[in-house]
Amino acid sequence: MSDHQINPNKWIDLYSDYLFNYTITRVNDREIAKDLIQDTFFAGLKSMKNFKGEASERTWLISILKRKIIDYYRKINSKKGKAEVRMTYNSDDQEGDWLEERVEDEAYLNAEETMENSELGDAIYNCMGKLSEKQATVFKMKTILGYETETICNELDITASNLWVILHRARIQMAECLEKKWL
Amino acid sequence: MKETSMKKNFLFISCEEAFHICDKSQYGESTLWEKIKLNLRYIWCRFTKAYVKKNNQLTNTMKTSNVQCLHKTEREELTKNFNKELKN
Repeated sequence: MSDHQINPNKWIDLYSDYLFNYTITRVNDREIAKDLIQDTFFAGLKSMKNFKGEASERTWLISILKRKIIDYYRKINSKKGKAEVRMTYNSDDQEGDWLEERVEDEAYLNAEETMENSELGDAIYNCMGKLSEKQATVFKMKTILGYETETICNELDITASNLWVILHRARIQMAECLEKKWL
Repeated sequence: MKETSMKKNFLFISCEEAFHICDKSQYGESTLWEKIKLNLRYIWCRFTKAYVKKNNQLTNTMKTSNVQCLHKTEREELTKNFNKELKN
């Protein structure tokens, strides 16, 4: 019998934020990241029969997502090759080597920082996975999305004092979870 | 005697209250007066000191991580499309 079961009905709740964060640190565009995770879920549905249960659902979905991200870069790189031929300076008074100047990408210069951030992002999502559903939702809305207290209270139908109690417990657990490596 | 006790309560707060103010401070929601009370307790209470330190570290880590997640509307859109695909 396989160690892990597959249940697509829970994919959005359990993995969409994790996959979104994983993708956005790699493609740096919100719309593209959303498209890629949607494609990943669709591809997962199509190839559900190939899931052997040796790895967790999340690991399996990440392996599909990685291929989607690689395909995305392949696609834009082939487009870039065509676009470069047409690239010129915007005005006549500009001089220099346009190819070298335009090819320079800040993302490559900060590769190490990006890698560390993506590791930290993974650690944060792993720790959030250990919180109760309500704690994770409140923590996410307040700390990551930066929503106002009132908005969260209305959204989740809780009082402000209730929110602060949930948040306090969530913060203690998050700090303990992240403490060894990241705090 | 009663007046002195009231003044004391006015200035000194419990650990729980200090933690609550500290939590609110992480999101810029504590008042100046609350901050003063928290700082007063911070001077002599080692539990408050430890909590403030850890809480500030968590906030800084969350900020530097630049971690992101889907907004409610984005998640709803994704759920709608996914459910459509699931039915097919």
